[in-house]
Amino acid sequence: MKRLVQTLKEGLWWQNVVFAQMLALCPAMAVTTSGTNGLGMGLATTAVLITSNVLVASIRSLVSPQVRIPIFVVLIATLVTLVDLGLNAWLHDLYKVLGLFIALIVVNCAILGRAEAYASKNGVAASAADGLAMGLGFTAALTLIGLIRELLGNGTLFAQASLLLGPTFRAIELTVIPGYGGFLLMILPPGGFLVLGLLLAGKRAFELRARAEKGAVVPASALT
Amino acid sequence: MKLAIAALRDRLAYQGISLGVIALLASAALAFAVSATQERIVAAEARDLQASLAQVLPERFADNDLLADTLEIGNGDGTSKRVYLARRQGEVAAAIFQTSARGYAGDVLVLVGIDRTGMLLGARVLKHNETPGLGDKIDLAKSPWILSFNGLSLATLPAAQWAVKKDGGVFDQMAGATITPRAVVKAVKEGLDFFAAHRAEILRGGRTP
Repeated sequence: MKRLVQTLKEGLWWQNVVFAQMLALCPAMAVTTSGTNGLGMGLATTAVLITSNVLVASIRSLVSPQVRIPIFVVLIATLVTLVDLGLNAWLHDLYKVLGLFIALIVVNCAILGRAEAYASKNGVAASAADGLAMGLGFTAALTLIGLIRELLGNGTLFAQASLLLGPTFRAIELTVIPGYGGFLLMILPPGGFLVLGLLLAGKRAFELRARAEKGAVVPASALT
Repeated sequence: MKLAIAALRDRLAYQGISLGVIALLASAALAFAVSATQERIVAAEARDLQASLAQVLPERFADNDLLADTLEIGNGDGTSKRVYLARRQGEVAAAIFQTSARGYAGDVLVLVGIDRTGMLLGARVLKHNETPGLGDKIDLAKSPWILSFNGLSLATLPAAQWAVKKDGGVFDQMAGATITPRAVVKAVKEGLDFFAAHRAEILRGGRTP
């Protein structure tokens, strides 16, 4: 249990895919034009990440180190295609919302990264937990970036969430600033980089301050 | 067993064979998945098409199966357009077809329904890659803008007025996006022109005169 909590902490904060490892920035910038899109991409990625980690961990003793990368790539690509076909056939309405994101998951380097750095060296259960933690961290990061860009760019929060999560979630669709003219820059790619940069700076500053309070030696210049 | 595999893992043949086996398993899984899902996907897509066709027609407008009743009409450049015919008691009452124009990012695909007098019953954007939050207001899910076309025809609105307000026409443009609504207006106008040019052929409904 304690280990699971530790894994979750790593995934959500210390080893966060976007904010610490700086991986998967392409999907992170491309789909975070709204909180809903970020959430959708994050959840789809989490599902693939857990499955790929479990698969890689379960065949890890059979795979030669020399050919592990192509094997993992084929596994992940197959998995994503299966998810894509399955969603399209059985959950067609959800697919119409998520469809665009699913294919993008193949090129998400975070998935291959976790397969290589964690799942190929650890057991099945630990790898599943790692996939869950990393996926949740990714989801949180994408949703946060999406919400900030959406709020500044359109004045709304979670617009069209009911398309993704079902009509019961219509209540979380908020128009924070009625009659807002919109701030185009935030919706376009530069807005993604601006928000990511500011969030990264904020996370760094917070960590440095926390370390200084604990009495660790932090150069004074880093705190200003 | 573990040791045996560990020793084998460094052999070139083992590596080649393991890659081959993985590729084979992956292809088998994909082939199986495609054959298991194909039927449902085709059915779901037909349902989607049916639903979008129904959107540009008033309720209970037609009494035939639109998906089965189509006409291929040449554009004059080797390509052809598929026209779905809505019939009432065998007579063609309306035609539905796709039309497109270049938007800000790629083609904007518009579905139009036109009744036998040449009046627009409805238009819907089927596919676009316009800027989210700006150009995507052409989508009915985001804004009712596209409904402003309902009931218009080439007879009631002169050709020069088929433009956004900025260009001297009657259609609203969107804050921050002019190219996108301009493309939709152009696509719808071209759809009406296409109908006017092929009116006799469409109303004949595929029957030889």
